[in-house]
Amino acid sequence: MLRIECPCCGLRDHDEFRYGGDASVTRPAHDDPDPQAWYAYVYIRANPAGLHREFWQHVTGCRQWLVVERDTRNHAIASVELARKLAPRKSLARKSPA
Amino acid sequence: MSRYSAFSIFRNALSGQKNWQRAWRAAEPKPSYDVIVIGGGGHGLATAFYLAENHGIRNVAVLEKGYVGGGNVGRNTTVIRSNYLLDGNTQFYEFSMKLWEGMSRALNFNVMFSQRGQLVTAHSADQLDGFSYRANIMRLNGIDADILDRDEVRRLVPYLDFSDTARFPIHGAIFQGRAGTARHDAVAWGYARAADGHGVDIIQNCEVTGFLRDGDSIVGVETTKGRIGAGKVGLAVAGHTSVLGAKAGLELPIESHVLQAFVTEPLKPLVDHVVAYGADHFYVSQSDKGGLVFGGNLDGYNSYAQRGNLGVVREVAEAAIALMPCISRVRLLRHWGGVMDMTPDASPIICPTSIEGLYLNGGWCYGGFKATPASGWCFAHTIATGKPHPLITAYGLDRFSTGHTLDEAGAGPSAWLQ
Repeated sequence: MLRIECPCCGLRDHDEFRYGGDASVTRPAHDDPDPQAWYAYVYIRANPAGLHREFWQHVTGCRQWLVVERDTRNHAIASVELARKLAPRKSLARKSPA
Repeated sequence: MSRYSAFSIFRNALSGQKNWQRAWRAAEPKPSYDVIVIGGGGHGLATAFYLAENHGIRNVAVLEKGYVGGGNVGRNTTVIRSNYLLDGNTQFYEFSMKLWEGMSRALNFNVMFSQRGQLVTAHSADQLDGFSYRANIMRLNGIDADILDRDEVRRLVPYLDFSDTARFPIHGAIFQGRAGTARHDAVAWGYARAADGHGVDIIQNCEVTGFLRDGDSIVGVETTKGRIGAGKVGLAVAGHTSVLGAKAGLELPIESHVLQAFVTEPLKPLVDHVVAYGADHFYVSQSDKGGLVFGGNLDGYNSYAQRGNLGVVREVAEAAIALMPCISRVRLLRHWGGVMDMTPDASPIICPTSIEGLYLNGGWCYGGFKATPASGWCFAHTIATGKPHPLITAYGLDRFSTGHTLDEAGAGPSAWLQ
């Protein structure tokens, strides 16, 4: 069973959490007119076989959104942080691919 | 290559079954090929076979990093059906069904295709209306489809939960009589043997580590067995398309997710069809050995590990018991995981790419097995002519940026929710 060390609640089974997908993509500005930027944000994923930054929400616990760094080959978790501590969003990640 | 027949079985019986030839050669790579297909699974081998059979391109290699049939073609639940709703999918999967119907003869290899029929249970009047809509579209496309009411379902599959206490009472079902199952290993072996018979080199334990370029074009591959030149390269490595795509410089709308499958201890004949549960994600068939073969949802987070998590085992077991209380004490024999390319619309991607000489076949989500022959047929056409086969024009990579997604499930763009 995959277990995530929640900063608020401690080590918990992953089925207490809801997956939120790739945390390394950045939403374009709301008024960004470039369809390529939106295409990249919605669809393009690096999908690495290795370390992956991803959102999880502790839905049956503290309900905090977390950013977890996990190896997709063996599920080893390298780090867990509160997503809101990583705000502003630009600091979350590399720029979107487009 | 000697043909398999009743006579060949008889003749080999006389010599104690000691003189069978191997089914395909253990080829070593030549310096270059007209076409290299990366991935020795069902789709890659079928592509190589149809390149030779339909297009006369026989200087072809299939490169497999492990062994033939060791990936998803040997990890699926072997269901074959063509009950798709959306234009593009409907015709493609029916073409695939027609190829399945002639496959054992075409390959001279018994793939044990068994058209036992598949039904999906409906649990409300609204759901049955939805199924009627689907059945009408199937019939308009010349595909067999029947809508069954509760009594008809009960006559067909009396072992489902028809009691007053069923959590989701069965209202009816959609049924496709030509749907069924096939022996998945035999599909890989049959295509490998038939492709080899046409002169295709099948090279196992040969992992592609990079691409050779001439300017912007791809002109070959780097492998663990050295450099191999190629006029054209086809990717058929669903599950790991992103990994190889990244080496070629492709940005792809794909996430890799693990899907589990299960088989129980052998039982006497119980499940005569393929039965899918309309109130949850669960489907089951019975293998010729007697085991119930079933599956459910994705584990739900990006994964390249070919093993799953126990939470899904519990969810699938719960759905199984809700539909078929009679199997509550059957013991699980094995369960395993396969890595799926999940696309944002749950439909595959087969197309030429923006890179000269590179062709893409991937994004099969969990529908790849039933598509094997049509995928190979259409991908071979695409590689041979440089243009998409008419049946796969809806499967282009550009559909995501142009808004022409083929969202059969209507689940939105999150790959893990498909």
